Amino acid sequence: MMVRSEQELAALVADAADPLSIRGGNTRGMAGQGAALSVAGLSGIILYEPGALTMVAQAGTPLDEIEAALAQENQRLAFEPMDHRGLVGSQGGPTIGGVFAANVSGPRRIAVGAARDFLLGVRFVDGRGVVVKNGGRVMKNVTGYDLVKLMAGSFGTLGVMSEVSFKVLPRVETQAALVLHGLDDGQAVAAMSRAMGSPFEVTGAAHDPAKGQTVLRVEGFEASVAYRIGRLQTELNGMAGEMTVLTASEAEAFWEKQRDVAVFHGEEGDIWRVSCKPSDAPALLAKAGAEAHLLDWAGGLIWLRMAQGSELRARLDQFDGHATIVRASAQTKARLGVFHPEAAGVAKLTAGLRAQFDPKGVFNAGLMGAVA
Amino acid sequence: MEMPKPDTEVIARKARVVARLLSVLPDDAVIHDERETRAYECDALTAYRCPPMVAVLPSNTQEVSDVLRICHSEGVPVVPRGSGTSLAGGALPTADCVILGVARMNDVIETDYDNRLIRVQTGRTNLSVTGAVEADGFFYAPDPSSQLACAIAGNIAMNSGGAHCLKYGVTTNNLLGVTMVMMDGEVVEIGGGYMDAGGLDLLGLICGSEGQLGVVTEATLRILPTPEGARPVLMGFDDNEVAGACVSDIIKAGVLPVAIEFMDRPCIEATEAFAKAGYPMCEALLIVEVEGSDAEIDHQLALIMEIARRHNPVELRESRSAEESAKIWLGRKSAFGAMGQINDYMCLDGTIPVSALPMVLRRIGEMSQEFGLKVGNVFHAGDGNMHPLILFDANKPGDLELCETFGAEILKLCVEVGGCLTGEHGVGIEKRDLMHVQYAAEDLEAQMAVKDVFDPAWLLNPAKVFPLDASAGRRAVKLAAQ
Ligand SMILES: Cc1cc2nc3c(=O)[nH]c(=O)nc-3n(C[C@H](O)[C@H](O)[C@H](O)COP(=O)(O)OP(=O)(O)OC[C@H]3O[C@@H](n4cnc5c(N)ncnc54)[C@H](O)[C@@H]3O)c2cc1C
Ligand SMILES: Cc1cc2nc3c(=O)[nH]c(=O)nc-3n(C[C@H](O)[C@H](O)[C@H](O)COP(=O)(O)OP(=O)(O)OC[C@H]3O[C@@H](n4cnc5c(N)ncnc54)[C@H](O)[C@@H]3O)c2cc1C
Repeated sequence: MMVRSEQELAALVADAADPLSIRGGNTRGMAGQGAALSVAGLSGIILYEPGALTMVAQAGTPLDEIEAALAQENQRLAFEPMDHRGLVGSQGGPTIGGVFAANVSGPRRIAVGAARDFLLGVRFVDGRGVVVKNGGRVMKNVTGYDLVKLMAGSFGTLGVMSEVSFKVLPRVETQAALVLHGLDDGQAVAAMSRAMGSPFEVTGAAHDPAKGQTVLRVEGFEASVAYRIGRLQTELNGMAGEMTVLTASEAEAFWEKQRDVAVFHGEEGDIWRVSCKPSDAPALLAKAGAEAHLLDWAGGLIWLRMAQGSELRARLDQFDGHATIVRASAQTKARLGVFHPEAAGVAKLTAGLRAQFDPKGVFNAGLMGAVA
Repeated sequence: MEMPKPDTEVIARKARVVARLLSVLPDDAVIHDERETRAYECDALTAYRCPPMVAVLPSNTQEVSDVLRICHSEGVPVVPRGSGTSLAGGALPTADCVILGVARMNDVIETDYDNRLIRVQTGRTNLSVTGAVEADGFFYAPDPSSQLACAIAGNIAMNSGGAHCLKYGVTTNNLLGVTMVMMDGEVVEIGGGYMDAGGLDLLGLICGSEGQLGVVTEATLRILPTPEGARPVLMGFDDNEVAGACVSDIIKAGVLPVAIEFMDRPCIEATEAFAKAGYPMCEALLIVEVEGSDAEIDHQLALIMEIARRHNPVELRESRSAEESAKIWLGRKSAFGAMGQINDYMCLDGTIPVSALPMVLRRIGEMSQEFGLKVGNVFHAGDGNMHPLILFDANKPGDLELCETFGAEILKLCVEVGGCLTGEHGVGIEKRDLMHVQYAAEDLEAQMAVKDVFDPAWLLNPAKVFPLDASAGRRAVKLAAQ
């Protein structure tokens, strides 16, 4: 089913008795059970004010279209949404609604915030078929409860977004990256923490153990980038042996691969994503027994490639964070649950919210929370 | 301002409620003497006052949980309170309520520089969070003007922001986790020392929920390294529209200042008379601040000044020293006090898309003539958060009402041009009945459905945020259930 207007979407949901599987571009193949309901027909940029750093678009608008419009005004989505296709082998084109529904943020998240931090307003259809709006198109808004944040990262389980308004940022003049060679995980996390704790505005901090490279990104005006790279070199002197610098184009290529977790493309195995306190990462890695891993977010995000069916969560035990399955067989996903189990108090609130917003249980049944 | 009638049955049970509270709290943490409860009769919206039935000052999460469990079982409404600096009446008590103040809960629980976070009890004041880490080169970014007094508890409940949020965001962008006590006494942990909780973004929901979903007792906050330096530039223009265009051009040029503040002529005049900051007399004044190393600041300011020059400023003044910077900020920081010297004032807090700025200022000027009340505008121009200050005489009968009507008209105008009713002060009781202007009935239903989940009996800060008629049914069910 493909809807062409918000009205049509509302009518369809109001009449729905059986589960609906909500899809943007379905590049994640992450929609729940039920009849496919595509919002890709709700497409188009409605308003773009470069001088106010805001855009309003229909939820099914292809991400490509958004990024092209922004590029014309020398602006960008600062949270750097990842392209998931290479990692999970999906087809199609990601949509802006899917990006916000999944709260998709890339390496720059540590400096500028997640997708949810940029989402300013939403229109969505709840499980009864009622159209609801929340937020607006201004940067600051505390008028009532912030359902905008609630919708971001709700994976289509509370409502189907028809329109999103969001904040954009100027593109930077240039970038460069400092590469530290030969560090192990613990040393890399320590170096990344030191860099993030410095005033030199690092906007990416990643570590690839296979290559023995720890990479720090700096963005801004030409002279300032050069200056800060220099200061970082001094700051980290003694923490790493050799240090090299990537030029703007080398750095750009590196961060695109980092964002899309290119090292795991085409490799066998389950892919997991762990969000944790950066300083906990080395110990968690020791417990995980992964076949390969990659660190992002200065150590706060661990990408893991595990033997198929590995029970990662059981190995990690209790920790301050969560582990999510990004790619695995349907059986593994069903057995372990895609999302991290929640503590009882939180699970009760989540279930309560789902019951309120989707009383018929039609949205993405079985996707979040429920472990089969 | 209409408030629901207090529940006489609850008040009749006061002695028993007090006795039960005393069984879980030290004597000096339960305030029930009528003279003493008066200290909690209002927040910074002083036009409305009502002493609570009881005020309690717990010292930790367990005590908060004990208090809430008792109030829940007794059907007593609870109004959480931080430092009471809310400008929206968010912490205004009712005669049948228990005020739960977190002022005694002000410990730093943990500072963690490796992971750039700090964990505090929520009664800690905003400025003292930065105070705890600044010697080590860090700061907590959200900086409401009330930061010396206001508590993290209130900041979270109101999702507070400040002058520097153009770059660093507001509270919700700097909050990693909370310990929260539900109305029935259950303690939940949401988020933690990591980024992006796995399930629904409950943290994002709680931030800005004005003390209606739970009592936040501890918070994990993101701290940031202190920038190498910061420097402002002051520019004056003969026309609001030109100043607005200059703001938009600066943003489009790819420079991201940490703050862009705007003052209009009435505000400049009042400020000059009061603080003598040496501001030029003109229609519109901008203060733009950038951060970084000296070289970086020079570079950014050069770009900004070049853009400003294209708009024919009547004055362009780049700070050359710490003293000059302080002088530039002095007037802005004294603006509220200066207006207060002239007369009583009501401070509004609406937001607009920056593009609508000239039109909105023009309309406010016209309305000021119509109502016969003076208005001064100070403004976070980078993000469209306006603070029109309407002057009135509290001793003159009818002036407050006239001022309220005028204020409501301005806020309606904000919504009309695509903005919203409040950018940082919150809805509280002040803007409660205007919510219909921005939201349709079903939009409000969706929000109230959230409260139903967290606080089914509607006991936490119940008559705030939602128009009384919209929430009446839910509040009545609560009363009937007791
Ligand atoms: C566990 C997990 C972790 C991920 N982590 C990252 C990451 O860190 N970085 C990253 O860049 N990407 C990440 N992704 C991928 C991300 O989901 C996709 O990049 C993005 O959603 C693509 O958009 P799409 O239109 O193809 O979405 P789809 O694949 O169609 O949908 C994505 C999800 O959003 C829902 N949805 C889609 N449109 C709407 C709508 N209009 N209203 C409501 N719900 C809707 C779908 O039901 C589905 O649950 C992750 C995905 C998963 C499952
Ligand atoms: C001179 C002045 C300048 C100001 N400048 C700014 C500004 O620049 N930016 C800005 O955003 N605001 C500003 N404010 C408004 C005010 O300071 C903020 O709203 C602040 O966050 C309130 O904090 P508080 O601790 O005083 O909260 P209170 O006034 O005590 O309470 C505010 C709200 O928080 C709730 N609450 C309190 N504690 C808890 C808790 N533990 N759990 C759950 N809910 C709780 C209350 O019920 C109430 O709804 C200003 C106020 C003044 C007086």
